[in-house]
Amino acid sequence: MSTKPLDYENLNENVKKCQYAVRGELYLRASELQKEGKKIIFTNVGNPHALGQKPLTFPRQVIALCQAPFLLDDPNVGLLFPADAIAKAKHYLSLNSGGLGAYSDSRGIPGVRIEVADFIERRDGYPSDPEHIFLTDGASKGIMQILHTIIRVPTDGVLVPVPQYPLYSATISLYGGSLVPYYLEETADWGLDINDLRQSIGQARQNGTTVRAMVIINPGNPTGQCLTEQNLRQIIQFCYEENLVLLADEVYQQNIYQDKHPFMSARKVLFDMGQPISKELQLVSFHTVSKGYWGECGQRGGYFEMTNIPPKSVEEIYKVASISLSPNVPAQIFMGLLANPLKLGDISYEQFSRESKGILESLRRRAHIMTDGFNSCKNVVWAMYSFPQIQLPPRAIDAAKKVEKAADVFYCLKLLEATGISTVPGSGFGQKEGVFHLRTTILPAEEDMPSIMSSFKKFNDEFMDRYE
Amino acid sequence: MDSITIDTINPKVLKCEYAVRGEIVTIAQKLQQDLKDNPGSHPFDEILYCNIGNPQSLAQQPITFFREVLALCDHPSILDKSETQGLFSADAIERAFQILDQIPGRATGAYSHSQGIKGLRDTIASGIEARDGFPADPNDLFLTDGASPAVHMMMQLLIRSENDGILCPIPQYPLYSASIALHGGTLVPYYLDEQTGWGLEISELEHQLNTAKSNGIDVRALVVINPGNPTGQVLGEANQREIVEFCKKEGLVLLADEVYQENVYVPDKKFHSFKKITRSMGYGEKDISLVSFQSVSKGFYGECGKRGGYMEITGFSPEVREQIYKLASVNLCSNISGQILASLVMSPPKVGDESYESFSAEKEAVLSSLARRAQALQDALNSLEGVTCNRAEGAMYLFPRINLPDKAIKAAEEAKTAPDAFYAKLLLNATGIVVVPGSGFRQVPGTWHFRCTILPQEEKIPAIVSRLTEFHKKFMDEFCG
Repeated sequence: MSTKPLDYENLNENVKKCQYAVRGELYLRASELQKEGKKIIFTNVGNPHALGQKPLTFPRQVIALCQAPFLLDDPNVGLLFPADAIAKAKHYLSLNSGGLGAYSDSRGIPGVRIEVADFIERRDGYPSDPEHIFLTDGASKGIMQILHTIIRVPTDGVLVPVPQYPLYSATISLYGGSLVPYYLEETADWGLDINDLRQSIGQARQNGTTVRAMVIINPGNPTGQCLTEQNLRQIIQFCYEENLVLLADEVYQQNIYQDKHPFMSARKVLFDMGQPISKELQLVSFHTVSKGYWGECGQRGGYFEMTNIPPKSVEEIYKVASISLSPNVPAQIFMGLLANPLKLGDISYEQFSRESKGILESLRRRAHIMTDGFNSCKNVVWAMYSFPQIQLPPRAIDAAKKVEKAADVFYCLKLLEATGISTVPGSGFGQKEGVFHLRTTILPAEEDMPSIMSSFKKFNDEFMDRYE
Repeated sequence: MDSITIDTINPKVLKCEYAVRGEIVTIAQKLQQDLKDNPGSHPFDEILYCNIGNPQSLAQQPITFFREVLALCDHPSILDKSETQGLFSADAIERAFQILDQIPGRATGAYSHSQGIKGLRDTIASGIEARDGFPADPNDLFLTDGASPAVHMMMQLLIRSENDGILCPIPQYPLYSASIALHGGTLVPYYLDEQTGWGLEISELEHQLNTAKSNGIDVRALVVINPGNPTGQVLGEANQREIVEFCKKEGLVLLADEVYQENVYVPDKKFHSFKKITRSMGYGEKDISLVSFQSVSKGFYGECGKRGGYMEITGFSPEVREQIYKLASVNLCSNISGQILASLVMSPPKVGDESYESFSAEKEAVLSSLARRAQALQDALNSLEGVTCNRAEGAMYLFPRINLPDKAIKAAEEAKTAPDAFYAKLLLNATGIVVVPGSGFRQVPGTWHFRCTILPQEEKIPAIVSRLTEFHKKFMDEFCG
C-alpha cells in the first residue's frame, strides 16, 4: 500500500530538520510534570505576564475602549476610564477605517507607522521613513519574512551568533538555507572579536556557502549583553565590506540592567559613520511589544524597519505581507502606544511612569540576584543574568551519554525533576564544543527569587558532589 | 552588488502573486490621495473598495457581545468594579470571568500553549460538535492568527519540491496559488464549471490528477473552498461525499477552507462541514486526512483585523502531529485576543442568555443585508450587456463573466495588460469602483471575469449600480464598433 502524503516519511525534510528548543524537550517534560501536580517554575521563555508581571494599565484601558467603541458614547464611561485613555482610543480608532475589526494596510496602519518613525528618530537622532516600517504579528514573523526573502538555495548562508535565539536556526532550517555560526566570547562579556567573524565567513565560503546576511541580537538573547559601540562599528564595516545585509534583532532594547554598555541601535551607529556606508549598507532592524517593561507577548506585536533596501525589493516584501492581508490591529495599537507614550502632564502619566519604573527596577534587581546566585554555585561561572556556564564533570557527561542525552539536557532534566525549575539547555542555543550552559530568565516574581536561587544552588552543589 | 536586490531576492518570492491587494489597489490608493489633495480632479468623489472581504472597513458593525467580552478580557481589572455592571451586559461579564479562569494567572499578555489556550480549544471543540453532531478533540485544534497562517503551515509540511502538487479550484482565492509558489510547489488546477453554478465534477478532478501524475507531479492534497471564493457556490452534500471518496481513494489530504461557513444566502443550500460529511459516511481517523480551516474574519462577525482562526486536523499520525506542533511553536503562539474571539464565534450566546436576543438581531441584520446586497448587485450585473453572473449562494463576492469584445482585447494587448485588468482599470478611473480582475483568481483561458464584493453599505449600492451600468454601456459602445 502506498504511503500517504502526510505520513512522517513524506513530510518536507526542512520541517523535520528544524528545531526550536524553547518549546522543545524540557518544556514538554515540564508540562507533563505540571499535569501530574508538580509545581513548575517556567523560566524557559521570556514570558513575563505568565510569571506574575502585571500589564501596564494605560495601554489596556485604551485597547478595551477600542474593542468596545460603544463605551465611548456612554455618559458613564468616565467612571471607569481616564480622559486621556478615552482620547487615545478615539485617536487610534480614527487611524484605521473600521477600527479593530478591519484589515489595515498590509504594512500596518499608516498613522501608527508614523508614530514608530518618530520614536526611532527621537531615540537615534536621525529621521526614519514610515514607508520603510512594516508592522508584523510579533517580531518573529518579520524575521521569518525577511529570511525567506534572502534564502534562495541551500548554499545561501546567514551568519548567526552562537549562542543564539533558536528562532534563527529554526527558520534557516525551514527555508532550506545554511546557518553560519560566529562565536561570541564568553570571557569578554559575550563580546565580538572581529577576527572570529572573519574566520567564520572565510570557512563558510571555502565550503561553497554564499554568505548573504548577518544577524546580531542586541541586547543579546540568551546572553543578555549589549554590544559595545566599537563592536557595532566593526560589524557594520564588516557587513559593508563583505556585502552582507545586517539583521539587527533589537527586541530587548528596553531591558538594560547595567550601565557599562548602554544600548545603541545599529541604525544610529550606521548613520554616525556617515557616507558612503550610511547610504549603502543594507540593514533591517526588529522590535516588539513582547519584551522591555511592557511584556505583552500575547498580543503578537512587532515591526521591522528597512534601511537602504531598494524600492523594488521593498515592493516584493510588501507583496508577501499582503498575502496575509494585515497584522492584527490591536497589537498595532500597542505598538503605537509604545512608540508614542504618555507625556508629563497627561492624567495617566504618573501612574504609567510609576508602573514602568517599578517593573524595570525590579527586573534589574532580579538580574543581579540571579547573577550573584549563579556565581556563588559550584562550577557555575560567567553568569550574566540568565545564561550561566555549567562546568559538568566528566562522570556527569558519561551518565548523560548512557541515557542518550546531551550533557546539558541531562543536567536540566535533573534540575527540573528535583526543583521544578524549567530551563532551556544551552545546546538549544548553540555553544562551543564541550562547554555547557543553561538558559533561564530573570522573570520569576521578586519574592520567589531567593528561594529559587537557593533551590538551584542546593541541587547544583549536590549534583556536582555526586558526579565529581 | 547589494545583497537584497530584485535580482538576488528569493525567486519564490518573485514568483508569487496576490491580486487582492495588487496593482489595481495601488492605483486606487493614488486616486484616493488625488481626491484628497485635489477635490474634483476625478469624475467621482470617493473610492469604493469592492476588492477585499473587509466588512468592517465599510461600516459593518461588530457583534456587541463579542466586543464586550474582548474588552473585559483586555482589561480585567475593571471586572471587580461596580460601575462595570452599568456599562456591560451581565452575560458578557460572566463569559469574561469564565474565559479568564481558563488562562493561567488571567494573563492575556502571556504567550499561551502553542496550539492555543486549552480551555478555549475545549470551547471550540464543543462548538464544532454542536454544529456537526460529531465530536471534536481539542488536541486536534491549532489556533492561528487568522486562517491564512494555518494554510501556510500545511503547505510548508506538504511541499518538499516543485514535484509536489496541490489540487486547487479554478477560480481560487489567491492565498493558495501564492502559498504554493512561496513554498516551491506546483499548483494543479481543477476547473469549476461556470455553466452549472460553478459545479465541481469528480471527472474533472480525476482528469487533472492523472494529467499531473503523467507529468511527474506527486499530487498531495486537494483544496476545496466551501462556500467558494471568489465563486460563492455552496457544495451539495452528495458532491461533498464524492469529494471525500475521491480523496480517500487517491490518498490525498483534504484541505477544507470553510471560512465562509456562516455566509449562506439561499434557502435551497446549506453548509455542511467536511468533518461532518466524512464522519457521517462512517470514515474516521484511519480513513482520511482532513484539515478544516475556520476564521473570525468572515461570517456575520467580520472581525478581519483581529486575526483569529483555527485549523482542525484529523487523520494524522502522532509523529506528524508533533511536526505540526513544532512548526506552530516556532512562532510561540497566536494572538490571545484572536483566540478568545475564535472561541466566542464557535460558542455564541444561546437562547435564554441575556444577550441572546440582541445578538440574534445583530446577526440577522447583517446576514439579511448581505443577502439583499448580493441580490441587488447580481441583478445589476446580469442586466449588463455581455455580462453573466452566477448567483452568490454564499461567501461575500460576485464573480461575473464579461464577454469582452475583440477590440477591447486588442487594446488590452497593446497596453500590455490582461483584458480583465484593462476593464477593471478603466472602471476604476471612470467610477472609483475597485474590483479585482479575474486573472488574479485564474479562470478558464479565454474567459474574463472580475470579483466584486457584496460589502459596500446598502445605501451606496444604487449609486454603484448606476455608475457601473453607465460605465459598462460606454465601454461596450466604444469597443464594439
